[in-house]
Amino acid sequence: MTDNVLIRVNDLKKHYNGGAVKALDGIDCEIKKGEVVVIIGPSGSGKSTLLRSLNLLEIPTSGQIYFEGTDITAKKVNINAHRQKMGMVFQHFNLFPNMTVLKNMTLAPVKLLGKQKAEAKEKALELLKRVGLEDRADAYPSQLSGGQKQRVAIVRSLAMNPDVILFDEPTSALDPEMVGEVLDVMKELAEDGMTMVVVTHEMGFAREVGDRVIFMDDGKILEEGTPEQIFGNPQNPRLKDFLSKVL
Amino acid sequence: MQYLSIMADFTVFLEKLNHVFIEKDRYKQMLIGLLNTFKITAGALVVGVIIGVIIAAVRTSYDKNKESMALNKGFGYYALSIINSFCKFYLTIIRGTPVVVQLMICYFIIFANARDGIPVAIFAFGINSGAYVAEIFRAGIMSIDNGQFEAGRSLGFNYLQTMKSIIIPQMFKAVLPTLCNEFIALLKETSVAGYVGVVDITKAGNTIAGRTYNYFIPLLTVALIYLIMVMILTKLVGRLERRLRKSDR
Ligand SMILES: Nc1ncnc2c1ncn2[C@@H]1O[C@H](COP(=O)(O)OP(=O)(O)OP(=O)(O)O)[C@@H](O)[C@H]1O
Ligand SMILES: [Mg+2]
Repeated sequence: MTDNVLIRVNDLKKHYNGGAVKALDGIDCEIKKGEVVVIIGPSGSGKSTLLRSLNLLEIPTSGQIYFEGTDITAKKVNINAHRQKMGMVFQHFNLFPNMTVLKNMTLAPVKLLGKQKAEAKEKALELLKRVGLEDRADAYPSQLSGGQKQRVAIVRSLAMNPDVILFDEPTSALDPEMVGEVLDVMKELAEDGMTMVVVTHEMGFAREVGDRVIFMDDGKILEEGTPEQIFGNPQNPRLKDFLSKVL
Repeated sequence: MQYLSIMADFTVFLEKLNHVFIEKDRYKQMLIGLLNTFKITAGALVVGVIIGVIIAAVRTSYDKNKESMALNKGFGYYALSIINSFCKFYLTIIRGTPVVVQLMICYFIIFANARDGIPVAIFAFGINSGAYVAEIFRAGIMSIDNGQFEAGRSLGFNYLQTMKSIIIPQMFKAVLPTLCNEFIALLKETSVAGYVGVVDITKAGNTIAGRTYNYFIPLLTVALIYLIMVMILTKLVGRLERRLRKSDR
């Protein structure tokens, strides 16, 4: 395996109801270090299932996922250690409502990485500054706008120094005027070289920031390529059909 | 004239009060009873919360993990299934029978050699309360959005750490009013402790009533004491709730 491959997925399947629903039906793909991979496809095509399988929030029915060379679907693997290196950003933010922004960001670094509180706080404040929220450190999530919540969720995962961040429709729950501020943060992250896997309906983002675009339907990858190929010269009829509806 | 008759009534009342509580130091019995009610309630609460936490933990971890564990059925899967079934059995028995019957079974059958009824009462009420507390905690955990759980796991917390650092604090806040009601119900339920020879506040009042042939004063006093305790508890919990709610502004 070439060592710039961060995640390799091998014939991944996820079935529900004893195989009646094939959410993932044989997925093979690779995510390289520093790459921004955007996953697109119609509703129910398996995008979330694939993304959530990458950190085993969904347990695959069969197939392997190699993360930094380790097969994390193997029985003996301590998945928690690997998850520390895989950040995740959710559609509905999932901030801890009973904790301040700062506590949201320092909880895992202090408890899992054994950082000193002061050190974790310093790093959190620095990250908040990067996303323009340094003055909201002591706010509770309920006091933030949707866009602010998602920016906090992003820096919360950054506080763990992950090697990759998985985004599941990070802007879908936002009011339109807040989508931009979140996409800007993601774009900056991409420019800084963060490896990102992004499920999104924001085709503008896919085209502009994505290094590679994966099109899924019916639990399969039907086409993948650069944004230029996918948007400029699509081959698969279902991709063409999908693009004609969303563009 | 009317004023005088009220004064006279009042004097009669004071005399009765003197007869019921002061003569032969009968008020001391009330104090002992009150203390025993406290002991049983507090002890049972501790036992109940411990049992409740354990059972809720077993039941929710079974519900949350059975799908992933069923994929490679190992020792853990079977152990958890058996313990889970046992917990369900316990909940069914305890919630399906009256607490006073459970208390008597404990005292006269299980601990037939016990001389002091108070530890037995703590045990019985604790076991009983545990069943209700367990279901309160379980409902509380289930009411927390699964996204909170996923956020914790995706940061790298294991199952127990996620529960402890993220889910339980939110759950506790959510169930506090219900838990308080259970606590108040428990306090009042301990009034059947007299069935196993424990002198609690109810038993004390009842005994005094029998001795003095005056039911009015001792029984109303007992009722008043319960009422005051419940009102104080309600107030305390209200205050705690308001403090916890700070984050929801
Ligand atoms: N727990 C489940 N039980 C049964 N079927 C499920 C379950 N979770 C997902 N599915 C099915 O798996 C398929 C893929 O779902 P998934 O959520 O991955 O789609 P998606 O591409 O993310 O869609 P969307 O754009 O709507 O988010 C769907 O057909 C869905 O109904
Ligand atoms: Mg989805």
